[in-house]
Amino acid sequence: MSDAIKPIGMPKWGLAMTEGKVNAWLVQEGAKIAAGDEILEIETSKITNVFESPHTGILRRRVANEGDTLPVGGLLGVVADASVPDAELDAFVAEFAAAAAAAAVPPPEPVMVDAASWQARVLKLGPDDSTATPLLMIHGFGGDLQNWQFNQPDLAADRAVYAIDLPGHGGSSKALTGGDVAALTQAVASAMTALGIERAHLAGHSLGGAIALQMAVSEPARVASVTLVCAAGLGPEINIDYIEAFIRSDRRKDMKSTVETLFFDPAFVSRDMVDDLLKYKRIDGVLPALRTIADAVFAGGKQAAILADKLAGLGVPVQAIWGESDKIVPVAHAEAVANRHVLSGAGHMVHIEQPAEVNRLISAFIAGA
Amino acid sequence: MSKKSFRTAINEAMAQEMRRDPRVIVMGEDVAGGQGAPGDDDAWGGPMGVTKGLQPEFGRDRVLDTPITESGFIGAAVGAAATGLRPIADLMFVDFMGVCFDQIFNQAAKFRYMFGGKAVTPVVIRTMFGAGFRAASQHSQCLYPLFTHIPGLKVVVPSNAYDAKGLMIQAIRDDDPVIFFEHKMLYDDMDEVPDESYTIPFGEANLTREGKDVTIVALGRMVKMANEAADLLKKQGVSCTVIDPRTISPMDTDSILESVEDTGRLVVVDEAHPRCNIATDISALVAQEAFGALKAAIQMVTPPHTPVPFSPALEDIYIPNTAKIIEAVRKTMR
Repeated sequence: MSDAIKPIGMPKWGLAMTEGKVNAWLVQEGAKIAAGDEILEIETSKITNVFESPHTGILRRRVANEGDTLPVGGLLGVVADASVPDAELDAFVAEFAAAAAAAAVPPPEPVMVDAASWQARVLKLGPDDSTATPLLMIHGFGGDLQNWQFNQPDLAADRAVYAIDLPGHGGSSKALTGGDVAALTQAVASAMTALGIERAHLAGHSLGGAIALQMAVSEPARVASVTLVCAAGLGPEINIDYIEAFIRSDRRKDMKSTVETLFFDPAFVSRDMVDDLLKYKRIDGVLPALRTIADAVFAGGKQAAILADKLAGLGVPVQAIWGESDKIVPVAHAEAVANRHVLSGAGHMVHIEQPAEVNRLISAFIAGA
Repeated sequence: MSKKSFRTAINEAMAQEMRRDPRVIVMGEDVAGGQGAPGDDDAWGGPMGVTKGLQPEFGRDRVLDTPITESGFIGAAVGAAATGLRPIADLMFVDFMGVCFDQIFNQAAKFRYMFGGKAVTPVVIRTMFGAGFRAASQHSQCLYPLFTHIPGLKVVVPSNAYDAKGLMIQAIRDDDPVIFFEHKMLYDDMDEVPDESYTIPFGEANLTREGKDVTIVALGRMVKMANEAADLLKKQGVSCTVIDPRTISPMDTDSILESVEDTGRLVVVDEAHPRCNIATDISALVAQEAFGALKAAIQMVTPPHTPVPFSPALEDIYIPNTAKIIEAVRKTMR
């Protein structure tokens, strides 16, 4: 197969995705596209989102039609230069299915890692032989590693990217040794050690942002850079009504309206997203863990750990990315960070609502750090 | 998290609770393997293999084979619950429950009330129900309406493996007597079931489909039929909400009423005999509490008022199915 022809495959968003439906093509056949351009709208049972081109070139073939359902990795389209003859493209498309079937590797699964005082669930993507400093992604309160499903695959093109479940969250153990930012930071550091990661770029969302920043303060040698996404830790305000409603909601209707607060566009909240959250909260130990963390991190309805004053002397590069319409952590908190990007049309889940831009910002930032 | 069968989900729930709480015991016919002969250990795990593996792990002190005497071992389980254990009694087929009604209706269900709240009876009675197994009229009934009728009992009817595990753990931890209904046609159904322990609260319905035209309420195996009907109807332009109450005592009446207030149309699917069943109960509830919202007469999809036939051809006609549900939904749309 010619290297000049590049396939666009069905992405894998989240651990449970096995197939996706092509809702709409956003570009015409023959169009010039750049990596990061939004080219397709794809629907899974859990979420509908736009998909960005992984390649730059001319979209020579739209192999999948609107309405088609393809397995993960299935051929959506083909990018090539104008110079590649049609016959070669056709041969590529024909060979692709056979080659994909022959080379089918099971998608990466998260693994359980024994850290000092807890078991962490970690998903690693990216090349095993990369010598680039890895990236570690830390979700927020009530979230899990799948919150990075639109970011982690993209960012793992040229380096190892780890996404971790915090203690009490996702598939990690639910018992806590402490619920404050310092204790959670220690937990993440011990997981890094268990994974053999000496030093990493960190990206943290919300509570995960405060943890990333705390790590840069307490263990700067282990942190190459920090990307704060709608992060806690920069000011006292927090939407405590959301936190309490998230802990309290045990019915679909309540949970749906609660998590809609997270988004600029509430249509992102699917039935499956709500279902998954309710299922997570029913697991033994989750409610006490969320309670312990909320009481420690947001005592009295205010953020307890404010690290904004530590930024000035910090030897670690820091950037902030915020959704302009964040209703959980005020966008004004971004002003504490000199290198900041406020994206419109996004709320607290800016990394889900504007993944192309967030991924571009993270890539560029860690490449320069 | 991995795909597990309905059978495995219930087995895992019991095993995890037995590890967590030494007061949890299992008793019933053939649950440990036989009548105590060494070669019989764990031979069966009950007629459907649901208790398989419990006897080797927890021993015959906690996994007890009983004589074929429901009146005796259900009474023993109720007494053990009242005096500090948390027994799970396996009553094989709900059709046999008649010989121990006194133990259930007059004893287990009444202790908390008659001792002024000073007694609890944390017993779970597992039992198989439902038609489709070619098991004739004495092994195919639903009978959950009888238990729903009795104050003091909780009645659980899971429709899938995920719910079965969470509801079973909740049942074992509950301080009241719980009758846990397992549809025999669901044991091989697979679902994503977390490895960890989790609970699903009683009295909280699950909406398996959400639509705006018609509300379908269904229980147990009928939830599958209702989902199929809703998916087919959606392609024809009719969008249905499917409500699985999961527990019928207590029952999540709010979710049913709220949905009917949105859709204005109600179809209730019930595999139990048609008189005084859950379909009539829910129909009465909606007729009384949401009459003004109804745009059409309520439809009930049930078997006819006859014993479950042994003839496979007749049994298939007897059981409510997807086509009958679609027809009922269509009636509400006229």
